[in-house]
Amino acid sequence: MSYIFYISAAVAVVATLLVVTRTHAVHALLYLVVSLLAVAMVFASLGAPLAAALEVIVYAGAIIVLFVFVVMMLNLGRHSVERERGWLAPSAWAGPTILCLILLGELFYVVACGGGAEVIEAAEVGPKEVGQALFGPYVLGVELAGMLLLAGLVGAYHLGRREALGEGEGEAPQ
Amino acid sequence: MTAIPMEHGLALAGVLFVLGLAGVLARRNIVFILMSIEIMLNAAGLAFVVAGARWAAADGQVMFFFILATAAAEVAVGLALVLQLYHRFHTVDADAASKMRG
Repeated sequence: MSYIFYISAAVAVVATLLVVTRTHAVHALLYLVVSLLAVAMVFASLGAPLAAALEVIVYAGAIIVLFVFVVMMLNLGRHSVERERGWLAPSAWAGPTILCLILLGELFYVVACGGGAEVIEAAEVGPKEVGQALFGPYVLGVELAGMLLLAGLVGAYHLGRREALGEGEGEAPQ
Repeated sequence: MTAIPMEHGLALAGVLFVLGLAGVLARRNIVFILMSIEIMLNAAGLAFVVAGARWAAADGQVMFFFILATAAAEVAVGLALVLQLYHRFHTVDADAASKMRG
C-alpha cells in the first residue's frame, strides 16, 4: 500500500506543477484531472474509499466539466497561448514562488520537528462509518452545506445571466 | 499492510497547497487562478483525510465532504464571474477588473 501512496503522490505533485505552468488552458485542465485522480489514489491508499470516490465523481467529474464548458465558451485560441507566455515572464513569477518556497520550507521544518513519528496504519474507514458520522453528530453541517450549495446555485444563475450586464456595454440581452 | 508516516501525507498536502498558492500569486489569467484555488482546497481536504486516517476516525472524511461542497459552490460562482468578466471586458486578464465603481 505504501508504494501506491508514494507513486500517486509523485504523480500528483508533477501533474499539479504542470497545471500551474501550462499556457494552454485545456492542457492545464487535463493535467488537473490527472492530479485529482492521483489524489484520489492517495485517499484510497490511506483507507478512505468514500473520499476517493467523491474526489473522482465531484472534482474530476463535475467541477472539471464546469471548467471545460467555461473554457469552451471563452474560446481561448492560439493568440491567448502567446499572451499567456508573455504574462509568465520570470520577473512575474520569481518573487511569489520564492516566498511560497520559504513558507513550504517552514512547514517542512515544523512537520519534521513536531513530535514523534506518527504512523498511519492502513485501517480502512468505510462509507458506513462516514455516513453515520455525517448524519449523526454532523447533521447540522450537512444542512448548512445544502444551503450553501443552494446559495451557490442561485448566485451562479444570477451572475450568469446576460441581462446582468451593465447598461450600454456588452451585447444585447438574449 | 505497511504503514505510512503521517509526516509524508502532511508534506504532500503542503506541497500541493504551496503549488496552488504560487499559481494564484503568479498567474494573471483568471481561469488559471480558479484552477489554483481548486488545487489549494483539494490540498486542505487531503490534510483532513490524512489526519482522519491517522486516528482511524470518520471525522476527516466528513470535513473533506464539507470542503467538497464549498469547492463546488465556489467554482460555480467563480466561473459565472469569469463569464461576466469576459462579456464586459473581452479578456480573461484579472487585472482588467481593477476598479470598483458604484
